[in-house]
Amino acid sequence: MTTALSSIAARFRTCPVTGLQVNRDSEWLLRANAVIAVVAMLVGALAAIGLVLTRWQTIHLLPADLYYRFLTAHGLNMLIFWVIFFEMAVLYFAGPIVLNCRQPAPRLGWFAFGLMVVGAVMVDTMVFTGRADVLFTSYPPLRADSNYYLGVILFAVGALIAVSLFFASLVVAKRERTYTGSMPLVTFGALTAAVIAVITLLHGAAVYIPTWLWSMNIGNIDPEIYRMVWWGLGHSSQQINVAAMVSVWYLLGGLTVGGVVVNEKVSRTAFVLYVLFISMASAHHLLVDPGVGPAWKIWNTSYAMYLAVLASMIHGFTVPAGIEAGQRLRGYTNGLFEWLRKAPWSDPGFAGLWLSLVIFGFLGGITGVTLGTEQINILAHNTLRVPGHFHATVVGGTTLSFMGVTYYVLPLLFRKRVAFWRMAKIQPYVFGGGISAMAIGMILMGILGMPRRHWDSSFAGAPFPVEIHPAAELLQVLFGVGGLLAATGALMFIAIAVATVFFGKPVTAEALASGASGIPQGVLKLPPQSYEGPPAEALHKSGVRGTVVLVAVFFVCFIVYYFTNWAMLSFLWKVG
Amino acid sequence: MSAHEFHSALVPPQGIWWQPAHRQEKTWIAIAFAWCLVLFAMMPLWHFRGGQNPAGIRYRVKPDDYVARVERFVTDYKVGEESGIPVVAPPPGADVYLLGRMWQWYPALKLQKGVHYTLHLSSQDVNHGFSLYPVNLNFQVVPGYDYGLRVVPNRAGDFRIICNEFCGIGHHLMVGKVLVEDAPAAAGGRP
Repeated sequence: MTTALSSIAARFRTCPVTGLQVNRDSEWLLRANAVIAVVAMLVGALAAIGLVLTRWQTIHLLPADLYYRFLTAHGLNMLIFWVIFFEMAVLYFAGPIVLNCRQPAPRLGWFAFGLMVVGAVMVDTMVFTGRADVLFTSYPPLRADSNYYLGVILFAVGALIAVSLFFASLVVAKRERTYTGSMPLVTFGALTAAVIAVITLLHGAAVYIPTWLWSMNIGNIDPEIYRMVWWGLGHSSQQINVAAMVSVWYLLGGLTVGGVVVNEKVSRTAFVLYVLFISMASAHHLLVDPGVGPAWKIWNTSYAMYLAVLASMIHGFTVPAGIEAGQRLRGYTNGLFEWLRKAPWSDPGFAGLWLSLVIFGFLGGITGVTLGTEQINILAHNTLRVPGHFHATVVGGTTLSFMGVTYYVLPLLFRKRVAFWRMAKIQPYVFGGGISAMAIGMILMGILGMPRRHWDSSFAGAPFPVEIHPAAELLQVLFGVGGLLAATGALMFIAIAVATVFFGKPVTAEALASGASGIPQGVLKLPPQSYEGPPAEALHKSGVRGTVVLVAVFFVCFIVYYFTNWAMLSFLWKVG
Repeated sequence: MSAHEFHSALVPPQGIWWQPAHRQEKTWIAIAFAWCLVLFAMMPLWHFRGGQNPAGIRYRVKPDDYVARVERFVTDYKVGEESGIPVVAPPPGADVYLLGRMWQWYPALKLQKGVHYTLHLSSQDVNHGFSLYPVNLNFQVVPGYDYGLRVVPNRAGDFRIICNEFCGIGHHLMVGKVLVEDAPAAAGGRP
């Protein structure tokens, strides 16, 4: 009995910073998933450089076949492999580690990880050997090698197993009473991401298994039904990202500035709204499709009257409000914005959090809701506005928040001091600035009618010459410079992560005590995680006035952009 | 526990956390919800009051049947040829059949400003994207589906149709043409 207990105890260590009981199985699974995520990002980032230098027409680097091949690889490695491997790491953190419990079925976790790696390698092999030039969406009747679809299926099955281990960890923690009260908000948010992941992966099975069979000449695929079900996977997976990113925002708020949950009820209800209305996500990809009618489009694209948008607008308030509250509770109470001015801007964890929040909301959110309006989509479908929008959400939002949290994961869970610390401090700004410039360039080019997924913006060799708007040529420079800057930021991040994991100096008690470099301020001195007494009473009276101003600015931008689009639409040909 | 207690998202809340929200939070949620209703209302409203809607006539069609229909349309109204592609001038009010295929928009169209046509879009092979350039009118073209849209060109000019859905290695070559001319004075019925 005692030996059994001590062998279990040996699987845990106590985190010197947070006091959490960290079990080593989850820690290793987390590390493995995070490392492979970064490898996928490297592949995706190298492909991205080729893409930027090709669409930037004055350079026009790659030939057409390689351009589309790199585009396929970029989408898969970034949007699927990087993000989902990292999300698996987030689940291992938010489940067993935050809840102080043991890792259920660690071997199954390794099996799931193995399946995902095998699937990803299969997919990349097919893509880079030219047997899957079908882009990320693989719309039939475009057809790839059957092993491509099989690779995707294996990856998805692995992810599904890992997600179910997260659910198991919630049960284990509850049964073994490793925490009291309700699960923390970070875990709750991760839980909603995991539920959405299940919905997403079921759509994935419903679309990829028949498509795999079809690629071996078994059965038929209707191109429109494929589009509908595929986007049940393709867009819902972005909702996993949103839920995971918002959880990371809350987490980073707490770790970097002692940010609080202003109201548990409000934040949790908003997360539940994501789950309830996510399965409608495929609709706004079909707004100008011939397969479905207006009533279906209006109801579904609005996620039942924009209740998922409402959820994001709520988090858009509660996350900065939590940060403001944390700062006010720690004494930055002067005026509207002392809390923001005196935030730890040289902590890449905080910089990543804040930039991610702003880019996701202002650039990604506003443009996304507008694009997803039935009629406005006529103006925008498949133009560069679409990738402009989702680079702001998935890259400027999700990826940047994941980069930010990595600066805390490295010292806390890899127990290494972050390498190239001075570079790390500017990395979120380089990446966030670059991706914002690129996204704005794409959005504006899209407004001028430039198509997405297109190799040659000069249309040379086409039967009719196409005159490109001079402004679009100028915007290509903004796009190109922004894209290269973002790629530089990504490579900086990868260099920092790899150097830290494999060659980083350990985080020791002395390093923590002496404030050694490579340890973010929130790890050197964890801000308070709970508050009561006079400061809490004062905060309740003063409220979060700075955040009120920020959301008011956001709201005005939203209204202006939205109605400008309706005005632009009204100038078009009559169509109906 | 004091009257007001705050904790981070890493701390498990104790007791009943279903507590009323702060006034500021409530106000923002009310504004956001009202805005969501505006966003929702705009779409049906535009169907009744606006001029640009993606409703159209939609039905399934066999690609071969659609190709045959396009050929009949071309034979009926062909007025010339440009870059090896027939130029077709349908009368006002006609059904116009446009075909997307690797890697061509077929045929080229000659339309009149201010009159309505029913523009049918479909594909012979894979998905294509109809993008009228630089007007910026975009529709998905799906094989097996006929999308019939009532359109009224509102200005004269020489427009292009770009394909904006990836359709293979020659995707960028897929450029079509729509010439819109001012309607003859007689057709307008005014001096």
